[in-house]
Amino acid sequence: MNQAIIDIPAAEAHSAPARSAAHGGQQHPIRIYLWIWLLLFVFSVCSYMVDYFQLQGALRWTLILVFMMLKAGFIVSIFMHVAWERLALKLVILVPPLTLLVLIALMAIEGDYTFLTRIASFVR
Amino acid sequence: MTEHASTGVQTPQVLEGLQGVSADWSADKQAFPVPWGKAMMWIFLLSDTFIFTCFLTSYMNVRISTTEIWPNPSEVFALTVGGHHIPLLLIAIMTMILITSSGTMAMAVNFGYQRDRRKTAALLFATAALGVSFVGMQAFEWTKLIVEEGVRPWGNPMGAAQFGSSFFMITGFHGLHVTGGVIYLSVVALRVLSGFYDRKGTYETVEVAGLYWHFVDLVWVFIFALFYLW
Repeated sequence: MNQAIIDIPAAEAHSAPARSAAHGGQQHPIRIYLWIWLLLFVFSVCSYMVDYFQLQGALRWTLILVFMMLKAGFIVSIFMHVAWERLALKLVILVPPLTLLVLIALMAIEGDYTFLTRIASFVR
Repeated sequence: MTEHASTGVQTPQVLEGLQGVSADWSADKQAFPVPWGKAMMWIFLLSDTFIFTCFLTSYMNVRISTTEIWPNPSEVFALTVGGHHIPLLLIAIMTMILITSSGTMAMAVNFGYQRDRRKTAALLFATAALGVSFVGMQAFEWTKLIVEEGVRPWGNPMGAAQFGSSFFMITGFHGLHVTGGVIYLSVVALRVLSGFYDRKGTYETVEVAGLYWHFVDLVWVFIFALFYLW
């Protein structure tokens, strides 16, 4: 039975990702790519405008991060076809980078600590 | 259950979701139903993600911990065009160029799977050309920064010394990736043109090259937001 699960031609009748995998690749309507392309331009212009109009403070950082994540999400899911891959591959691609959040958090705490020590010892 | 037309073997349908993950990993077969080149490219890009994140995290760390003023990127990278002072102009153009190249790359992959040799090669060469113009602009930017602004990896006249080292390390490593990508895409484009992939029977190499190129664009999204805009 296990042998049967892996029979790729059988998958063709059932799911689009398996079908494209069986044919060795990802084929999607060009319309999707053009829309995402346009969206990426719009988001890039938006993030440039944040700097052009010199928005500052929390609003600036929020907008920068939102546009950054939107652009990254569309590139990874559509242009890099992750949206159409099987979950096993998605997990391999998306889960390990989450550990980096720990590194970022630790280094932010460390940076703050170093800053405070420097202020305390050098800037009197 | 479905009958396989050619063999007559009974096969259940492919499982989705977590059950699918379990089946993909536990069955006596390859775990990822994708070409091996694609799986290996993803593993490479995963490791590259860690390298770039380490660079960006160390940049964050030195920027948080310095007691000097961080040079304002909006001012440092401003250009004066026709008497007008425009902040981050060159960087905005470079961003647009890279996004345009990502679009042409996506189209190249699409035409590759349609077995349209000439359009695929043309779009690949267009992507590589946009990459070359990106690297050219980066060379211009570095020259301006080093010669006119006096930025060095160990210091600069505008503030925190770490600005230079972070900048040269991060954009330099990214520029190296773009340069490598240009060579990679040119080789693939020449092979497309020569009918290499028609003889091989698959255009998956174009998609794998596309993954690399989109990744380079993806890294730039983060550099643009975190280094230039922050």
